[in-house]
Order: sequence, then structure tokens, then C-alpha cells
Amino acid sequence: MNTGNTKVMNRFDVTSRLIARLKHEEAVIGGIGNTNFDLWAAGHRPQNFYMLGSMGLAFPIALGVALAQPERRVFALEGDGSLLMQLGALSTIAMLKPKNLVMIVMDNGIYQITGAQPTPAAGVADIVAIAVGSGLARSSWAADEEDFERLVDEAVSTGEPSLIAVRIDDKPGVGATRRDPVQIRERFMHGLGVREPL
Amino acid sequence: MAIAEQQASPQVAQASSDNSWHGIVLQTLKRNEISLIPYVPDRVLTPLIKNLHADPFFTTFATAREEEAVGIVSGAWMGGRRGAVLMQTSGFATLANVLASLAVPYQIPLIMFVSERGTLGEFNYGQSLVCRTMRPVLESLALEHHTITRLDELEFIADRSIKQAVTTQAPVALILNPLLTGGKVFDK
Repeated sequence: MNTGNTKVMNRFDVTSRLIARLKHEEAVIGGIGNTNFDLWAAGHRPQNFYMLGSMGLAFPIALGVALAQPERRVFALEGDGSLLMQLGALSTIAMLKPKNLVMIVMDNGIYQITGAQPTPAAGVADIVAIAVGSGLARSSWAADEEDFERLVDEAVSTGEPSLIAVRIDDKPGVGATRRDPVQIRERFMHGLGVREPL
Repeated sequence: MAIAEQQASPQVAQASSDNSWHGIVLQTLKRNEISLIPYVPDRVLTPLIKNLHADPFFTTFATAREEEAVGIVSGAWMGGRRGAVLMQTSGFATLANVLASLAVPYQIPLIMFVSERGTLGEFNYGQSLVCRTMRPVLESLALEHHTITRLDELEFIADRSIKQAVTTQAPVALILNPLLTGGKVFDK
């Protein structure tokens, strides 16, 4: 995997750094498993959506939000194993070019939550090269935490979709999302201003 | 999922008059403010897809897989924009996981139009088998679904079903039967 000299970071730390930079009620979609556990642990926000299934759909769900609310910045957090299930979504996003969508891939090369089995891509495929080849020109590896923050700042000031890949360690998520799908969805819609609470 | 592999059928050349099946579907979508239409193409759906692309009211685009399209319209609905997914029977067969883990438990009014292959003149054994999995999957999740066979019932069923999906926050599958669309036949 051609990740150069990128540092191995930690998912919870990187997620917390992202959340700390969000000041404009940006939507954040957390992919299945540890990705949304760490989003939950980083501190619940009304604009967070947590996936409890449908592995691989964090980017498509985020794309839908981005198309519905073009004035709102939308972030999607996805694991490498999840992304491998839905690589075609990268081309769909490249074709539609939503200017308000930022994709973040947490790449540890393993299915951590099921027992740390290596993904088929581990050691052979490069997520950023796949994204670039799918038509997402603004795709980069984050070299370290400071570089990640710089890439996030760049992504929110550019006029095209961006993908940031982060090499992470094999640690499990810090928290555990409450498995209440209706409440998760309803609160997210309140957070996006689509609905008022009863 | 059968992408156009044959020459254009006579339906492609047919104008989208308001009383064609695809004209009625397009107008019913518009009247219900459903503007986001991701699809995986199907020969029978071609005139509908062509006319949706031509109408600036709609954002119409192909996705690589049907579950990707389901994710997109689910996100859009949470963001306040309505969508519907177009697919073929074989595409529906890929959706059990996303229906059971996203659309149903999160109470998302997922609107699906399924062009029915595998019956009434099917020439591909695999298509006829995959068709038989569709209604058992819908029924196992107690999902609302209607098989539309008659042009004079199409608008009523589609319009009422869309409104019911939205107000009850539950998915619906509208199955477009060959009796309605003409279907796809072996033409050699």
C-alpha cells in the first residue's frame, strides 16, 4: 500500500479533532461499527447520524444529505472495510460533484470489530489511488494529525468533493452508540432543521 | 440490472404522453414533489429514465448498485428532499440487508419502482428464479407493495402509495408488471 510515510493515528483522536473544528452545524454521517462508536464518543451533536447496519452506505447517505441541503457542509466517516463494499459510490460522487461533501476513510486494513481479520485490500490496494481513479481528484492521505486538520480546512474551502484517508491503529471504538434507530433519525432531522420536536 | 444490450425498443421512440405508463409515473412523482431519482437501468424503464433526465425538475442519475441508491434517497429524505429509486427485479434481490437495517428500522419512506422481469414471457431462467424471491422478501418484512398491471389503476395506486409511505414513514415497492409495461421479450 503506497501510503508513503503517513503516521498511524487513532480513530477517536482524529474524530475528536474533526468534531472540534465544526462550527457551522455541519452534518456528520458515521459508518457502521467503530467509526460511529467513536463519533458518538467524541460527543453527540444533533447533526450526527449513526449507522447501525447497511455496511458501506455512509458515503451514499451523506451524498443524499448533501444533495438535499447544498448549503450545509456534510462529512462522512467510513472504515476501509466498509468502503470496499461500495467502491462504485466513489464514481457516483465524482460524477455528481457535490461541492459540500467531505469523505474521511479510517484505514486500519482490518475488520477490527469482527476479530481483526485483514481486509482483502490490506497490503495490496491504495484507497486514495482508488478514489483518484474513480474520479475524485481531491483525495489525499493525511500524513499526521496536523496534516489531517489542514486537509479538513482545505476541503471545506474548496468547490468540489474531497476525500481524506487516515491510517489508524487497531484499537476498538471508545464508546458504543445507543441502538435506537428511530430516535437517531428523528434527532438528526431536528438537527438539520427539517423537523421540529413534538 | 440488465443494461441496454439490445437495440432501442419501440417504447424509446414513443413520446411521453400523459396517458402512457411512464408519463403517468413521471407526473405522479412530480405532483408528490419527488425530485431525486437514482436508478440502476432496465430496458423496460428506458423511456421513463430518458424523460426524467430531460425534465429539469428531476435530478436523475445512475448508481453502481441499488443499495447505493437506497442510501442516497434515505439521506436526502432526512435532509428534507424526497426521492425514489428505479430498478429491476434482480436489483431488488440485492436489497434485503439495506431494507432490514436502514429503511425499516429508521422508519424511512423509501419509494421503490421495480420493473418486473422473470414472469409472463421471461426467456432467462435465472431472471425467473430471482423474481420468485422478491415477494417473499417484501412479505418477510411486512413491507407495503403493489403489483400494477392496469394503466387505469396506475395513477391511483402510485399516488396513494407515495402519500402513504410519506405519512406512515414506511417503505413501499411499486412493481411494474409486464401487463402494464409490455415487459421484455425474446425478440430473435
